[in-house]
Amino acid sequence: MGMPKDKDHHIVPYSIYFNVWLALLALTVITVSVSYIDMRNVAILTAVLIATVKCTLVLLYFMHIRFGKPLYAFMILAVLVTYAIFIGLTFADYGYR
Amino acid sequence: MSHGTAAAAEHHHKHHDPEANKIGMWLFLFTEVLLFGTLFIAYAMYLTVHRWDFMAGSAQLDKLMGGANTIILLTSSLTMALAIGALERGKKKQSLILLTTTLLFACGFLGIKSVEWSHKFHLGIWPKSETLAAFPQGEQIFYGLYFTMTGLHALHVIIGAVAILITMALIGRGKVHQGRIDLLENTGLYWHLVDLVWIFLFPLFYLIG
Repeated sequence: MGMPKDKDHHIVPYSIYFNVWLALLALTVITVSVSYIDMRNVAILTAVLIATVKCTLVLLYFMHIRFGKPLYAFMILAVLVTYAIFIGLTFADYGYR
Repeated sequence: MSHGTAAAAEHHHKHHDPEANKIGMWLFLFTEVLLFGTLFIAYAMYLTVHRWDFMAGSAQLDKLMGGANTIILLTSSLTMALAIGALERGKKKQSLILLTTTLLFACGFLGIKSVEWSHKFHLGIWPKSETLAAFPQGEQIFYGLYFTMTGLHALHVIIGAVAILITMALIGRGKVHQGRIDLLENTGLYWHLVDLVWIFLFPLFYLIG
């Protein structure tokens, strides 16, 4: 993306922040609109899916994961795996009681 | 003697490690993720048991207010990112203005949240209230989670706002500046985390009805 490479510190162009913000607003409008459609089973799944996309955008751009060292992405991945194990074990415990 | 102080100052300067500060901040944020994460697991657990009650509970929340607060928080995340960008470019005044805007958004969020909560209190709905006790069990759990999770989140908004205020004071005094920006960046990370939590709270509580 033609970023200046002064060690680890990138100065991100303002336009990227504005574009991400617009995408986040668009996704908010979509998730609210979709919630008015009666979808029963997939409603929650859709809501969580859109939230996950929004979360990824905030992490990558506002929280600079995309511009920083890969270390931070690995740390987040480790937390997500840990969290997935939590969820898996809780539901396994609950499901087979 | 003056040589000694200069050496001490240099020594002190060497020990300022922005990278370590940033890693420390991320580790703290991970504990926050697990704090809210366990509550989200509780939510998911009870959702599987009380699916219809949760939907009925969700239908009683105001999508417009929740949506407005979502837009407010997303925009405050933008102004926070821009405030960091401004100070990175050495524009102190612009950065302070953007941080003030972020603070105003924080107040707006808390204002709307308090209107929502007082409306529920007015209807007699609060944890362990008599009115709520007459609701189906699943709706009682839904409201229990609603008050716990949005309350904990609002507490984080308040803490974030205080952190922004302190950072602004330090920028004003010149302690945080273009060459030493990590405190502002960490405040920003905290603020974005508050936004991230709300990104999940909003659909799960307001949009499943």
